[in-house]
Amino acid sequence: MSNEHNDQGIPISAIPTTTGDELETPEDIARFRELLSKAPRQAMAFQNSGMSRRRFLQLAGASLALSGFTLAGCSPSPPPEQIIPYARVPEEIIPGRPLFFASAMALAGYSTGLLIETHQGRPTRIEGNPLHTASRGALNAITQAAILDLYNPERSLVVRNDGVESTWDEFTAAVEGLNLGSGAGLRILTDTIGSPTLASQIETLLETYPEAQVVQHDPAGYDSAVGGALLAFDKAVETVYNFAEADVVLSLDANFLADLPGSVAYARDFMSKRKVRGDATTMNRLYVLESTPTITGATADNKLSVRASQVESFARALAGELGIEVDQNVGNTAWSDMWFSVVLEELRQSGGRSIVVAGPNQPAVVHALVHAINAELGNVGTTVFYTDPVLPFPVVQAEAFSQLVEDMNAGNVDALFMLGGDPVYTAPADLGFREALENVAFKAHLSLYLNDTSVQSNWHIPAAHFVETWSDGRGYDGTASITQPPIGPLYDTVRSAHQIIGLLTGETASTYDLVRAYWEGEYSGGDFEAYWRRAIHDGVVPESTFEPIPNSLRADFAAALAEVEPQEVSGGLELIFRADPAIFDGRFSYNSWLQELPDPITKITWDNAALLSPATAEELGISREDVIELQLDGRTMQASAWIMRGHPDDAVTISLGYGQRFGPDEDSGFNFNAYSLRSSDALWFRGGLQVSNTGNSYDLATARWHDEMDDTNPIRNGTIEEFVANPTFVLDEETDPVVSLLPEWEYEGYAWGMSIDLTSCIGCNACIIGCQMENNIPVVGKEGVSAAREMSWIRIDRYYVEDEAGDMQTQFQPVNCMHCENAPCELVCPVEATIHDSEGLNNMVYNRCIGTRYCSANCPYGVRRFNFFQYTDEAPVMREWRNPNVSVRPEGVMEKCTYCIQRINAARIEAGRENRTIQDGDVVPACAAACPTQAILFGDINDSGAAVVAAKAQPHNYGLLDSELNTKPRTTYLARITNPNAALVGSGSGEEE
Amino acid sequence: MAVINQDQPFEAPSDSSNPAREWRTWKEPGSAVDKVAGMIFGGTPLWWLIGFSISSLLLLLFVFTFLSVAIRGTGLWGISVPVVWGTAIVNLIFWIGIGHAGTFISAFLLLMRQTWRGAFSRFAEAMTLFALTVAGLFPLLHLGRIELAYYILPYPNTMILHTQWRSPLAWDMVAITTYGLVSLLFWYIDLVPDLATMRDKAEKRWVKLAFGLPAMGWRGDSRHWAALHKTTYILAAIATPLVISVHSIVGLDFAVALVPGWHHTIFPPFFVAGAIFSGLAMVIIFAALMRSGFGIQDLITDWHLDAAAKLMLVTGLIVVYGYFVETFAAWYASKEAEWLLVAERALGPYAPAYWAMIIFNGLVIQLLWFKRIRRNVTALILISLCVLIGMWLERFVIVPMSLSFPYLQSMWQQFNWGFWDIITVISPFGLFLTPMFLFMRFVPVVPISEMQQVAVEES
Repeated sequence: MSNEHNDQGIPISAIPTTTGDELETPEDIARFRELLSKAPRQAMAFQNSGMSRRRFLQLAGASLALSGFTLAGCSPSPPPEQIIPYARVPEEIIPGRPLFFASAMALAGYSTGLLIETHQGRPTRIEGNPLHTASRGALNAITQAAILDLYNPERSLVVRNDGVESTWDEFTAAVEGLNLGSGAGLRILTDTIGSPTLASQIETLLETYPEAQVVQHDPAGYDSAVGGALLAFDKAVETVYNFAEADVVLSLDANFLADLPGSVAYARDFMSKRKVRGDATTMNRLYVLESTPTITGATADNKLSVRASQVESFARALAGELGIEVDQNVGNTAWSDMWFSVVLEELRQSGGRSIVVAGPNQPAVVHALVHAINAELGNVGTTVFYTDPVLPFPVVQAEAFSQLVEDMNAGNVDALFMLGGDPVYTAPADLGFREALENVAFKAHLSLYLNDTSVQSNWHIPAAHFVETWSDGRGYDGTASITQPPIGPLYDTVRSAHQIIGLLTGETASTYDLVRAYWEGEYSGGDFEAYWRRAIHDGVVPESTFEPIPNSLRADFAAALAEVEPQEVSGGLELIFRADPAIFDGRFSYNSWLQELPDPITKITWDNAALLSPATAEELGISREDVIELQLDGRTMQASAWIMRGHPDDAVTISLGYGQRFGPDEDSGFNFNAYSLRSSDALWFRGGLQVSNTGNSYDLATARWHDEMDDTNPIRNGTIEEFVANPTFVLDEETDPVVSLLPEWEYEGYAWGMSIDLTSCIGCNACIIGCQMENNIPVVGKEGVSAAREMSWIRIDRYYVEDEAGDMQTQFQPVNCMHCENAPCELVCPVEATIHDSEGLNNMVYNRCIGTRYCSANCPYGVRRFNFFQYTDEAPVMREWRNPNVSVRPEGVMEKCTYCIQRINAARIEAGRENRTIQDGDVVPACAAACPTQAILFGDINDSGAAVVAAKAQPHNYGLLDSELNTKPRTTYLARITNPNAALVGSGSGEEE
Repeated sequence: MAVINQDQPFEAPSDSSNPAREWRTWKEPGSAVDKVAGMIFGGTPLWWLIGFSISSLLLLLFVFTFLSVAIRGTGLWGISVPVVWGTAIVNLIFWIGIGHAGTFISAFLLLMRQTWRGAFSRFAEAMTLFALTVAGLFPLLHLGRIELAYYILPYPNTMILHTQWRSPLAWDMVAITTYGLVSLLFWYIDLVPDLATMRDKAEKRWVKLAFGLPAMGWRGDSRHWAALHKTTYILAAIATPLVISVHSIVGLDFAVALVPGWHHTIFPPFFVAGAIFSGLAMVIIFAALMRSGFGIQDLITDWHLDAAAKLMLVTGLIVVYGYFVETFAAWYASKEAEWLLVAERALGPYAPAYWAMIIFNGLVIQLLWFKRIRRNVTALILISLCVLIGMWLERFVIVPMSLSFPYLQSMWQQFNWGFWDIITVISPFGLFLTPMFLFMRFVPVVPISEMQQVAVEES
């Protein structure tokens, strides 16, 4: 460094140098903070000492963002390269009109196509790309919420060298100063590589440094699927399912509606066989064998709850019964024989129109068995397809990662470049990655946020968000897309993995040129420019989807299977890990939308919890929110206990991703880090767990206070048989129609209405985030959720109910504003702040609202949301994500779902310009757009051709509470129709108590 | 002496052993003037200083609470969605109820020719005023945007926005302001002759001026008396229906809504009875304490307290009947949500509040059947305190508890009672008691002229 003093006049030499390995105790961390506080600017988030970091995140901070913006200048700018908007090339940007850009986001190596909505250059929203097979216009919650990370004031903004602010140039110099030779001491540790361009860069790197090694590490990746394919076929292949053709689906602990790379598409396909309409007589049937309750289990027609370790024996038995040579006497076989024989019979009879799918949390052997079972059932080629691997480097990551740690311990690693992730935090605890890191002289880490690994590294490089950098990737079926940034980097300090690898290979081209050059190399036709423009315009590289390849089990399958070490059957409780439904492996822990997104089943927000069944909790003397200590292999962690109905007995489930030392929940006082119990040989479940009650308690914030079995169930249910026998079965309970003295209002123009198909709703929460993004909905923090002040305009109610046979069922009901014809809220507002309009919308006039909250008291649906505090005070950078077409609401004002009135008006203006009326499909509210299963339909109920009219004409259409209260809601529901196997009703999925 | 000619003169039973005459122990005309003048111009009693200091501190706390909630937001309270109404609304109903006894005693009993009311009427009316002041602040403080409260008024504006008259809150606005104005007039007009008496008794010039200005030149002229009585009776005739209407309308806030636990037709009369019930409890406590404080047992006698206690028993029994009807209606309507609410009230997380309410309002008052209890001042004060707590709890049971258990079970939510709610309950007593203490000290607390007039008639 040339200057002798830093900005605060402290001599550089007086700043103690530190390496991460000293940061073991809280005092060390405090010292580290103090050090950071001496380095100006970048440490301001940490300096906010008056406020806990959690609070800081909840209010979405201010100071860091301000300083960050001064770095880059306040106005977002487009990237220097030519970018192509999705719909049309504008002659100029029209203020008030959004532009969409096709792009893609990768998670654990697999990409999903997106459209990024921008307003005056600011990305405000992520929607699905209808042309991309992994999205088809819809998205899951995580992918949508990822846009918030772009603006997050907690983002790391400066290069750090041993904790002290540095520059990219200094880092470059340091890297150039390394003597890498042939790369024997060089290791690259990355997330799962999904980008073909990055893969080709890495191949170049390996040519330059032939002895270097690239190791992938994704703590919640798809290792077992890769391992299963290697075991079954002796080569890596990608398994792609076509649920649209399957009549029977058996899930072996697979939450395929949410957790697989193709889940958004799978959910759509699966539900296409469950769209019950008036003349329907059949639907598909879903059997789920699962450990931790998931939304797939809730959707199941028949569900069997088992411990995760029991799934393998089930798969072995199934394979054995189907004639596959396999040792059936392995593991715990204490599952229901009746269930087994019924499922087996039904699979046999499906005639190749069934799917057996194994979950990513099940070991490779289960995946291999499932490949054999699907082949035996004749599913391959009709419902199950194999393609070339989507991932450029499909390897079992855990093995390579363990090898890396060994190399590090042996002192064979001189320079370690960690691209993304937080391996110090996410590495299996038995490997001792943190300690091994001490043996590496040069450690560089690229990440979006400052995390545990950053502070243990010599160099920390702030990473670019995917919305601000070029890249590419492939979807679950191989469909390639270019990640096109609609905006230049917000901060000029950030770098992408492409640039780090480029630095090592001496590559001087820009990332854009690299990506373009890669695809130019792949392209064999003429006119590459047109091809390229098409690819980035559509967000899909033309004809890039992989074709199915012929594939058959290896000849020595039985022998290979026999070589698999049988699972230990250990006593005690079983600990099941899972990727968190919201914050995934922890990488989204700074994302307040996802933190506040209720868990689909437990409805817990902002924390993880140790989930136990009621019987196990009673046996162990544990009650809700007790802090329990989990002990496994001599390692311990704490967790707040949560009694979860439907959870298998003698097992505890814990979500990964919480308890980060630099995460928002670091100040809990407990170690909530599930990685601290994870070992490399049992990544997803392990027996021998010991649980003790610490006597402390830790409050969890849930979006549902009443967690018992529900006494009432507003969701109308029926089986397909009942529906066929009596299509209007939902109306049987109806009382006589209420007669009014007054004539009903005639809606002559448009009359907006919504239909929600409860059969299709899988409770995935995608609509909640879609709405949050569209309508500028603030977060209220853990305290706010505890106080029941969530602001989301659409919520998903979860009911635990008993069906007629006494089995427990988990059911979902999305509830947004019903826009009642006889709106109880309108009657009681003393100032006419909530009024009906001529199209039947129940409007909220924010400016007129004085906050009596009477409307909310009188709303039987509880959909009105009140600004108890000024929730929208945010850092200036956080304002950038807001939709300029939706008012931001101040404190003291009521708000609620508007049916996305801004979208209705945009369509109205567009139609007016073209001198036509609004057509069906012109207006799609944000929730409906996000819904993977198209459960939500919206349109003009005066338009006889509209899809929503067809849905509302169904015999099983009903209004929530309408028969009790005569509110005449405009949002109506289609009853939840299931297709359970009568032979299994009342056996197995019920509560054991 | 001017007796109201057009009215039947009060029929005084000749038999002095008749217990109904027992209240009139004070027979010498003129001594009331000296007594009351002594209270005002004499020294300040120690109990008054202590009481005033405490209530002033509470008033400061109230100012702090009010400003905090107004500035920082209603989120300070434990309210949520769906429990959007909490302590502020509970307090509103409670304090309006307290006020009701005053009007009931002064206006209703005046029209009924119950002359014994005289001893209570002045301070009961003052209680009405101050309780209404407290009550009137809570609908404001309850608002999310207090600065825009005037939107509810039907004032002309260029945007042609108007009050939404179908809302019971708009009716509340009219009912409460009318009630407040009539109560103020009624209290003040009745006070004029006594202010004149004090003006005449005062020695210092500025004191004379202080009493003389509001006395508005009252000279005791018979025309003055005739006008006064006419006005009093007209105002009483206006105020009496207001006693019924105000709390009926507050009851309609709930009855009109379709919330389980609110949607009951019995609410208007049930609320009125409850209001008078709690108001009488407050009157009894004040009367008993004040008369020993100032030594005016001969102005407010045991007989008076006994009469008030009987009234309290009657209204209390109506309230208990209301509890029964509520529960019966929930069962009879066979609405699942209503019945679940009944179960949650009795067995749910707030069950202690519910059962305390039943005990305080339903069981404790049964003691009032016994004359010995009614004549025991300590017992009366304790019972009245129970009633006050019980009636506050009743409003708590009705407002946040009903909201906690709405139709959709997924929305069920416990009311998160906290620090700010507690001080919101406690601190308004400062706003109520501070002017009460000032009133007791500086304004004639018993209507001298009325007492004297009755005494003259009797002797």
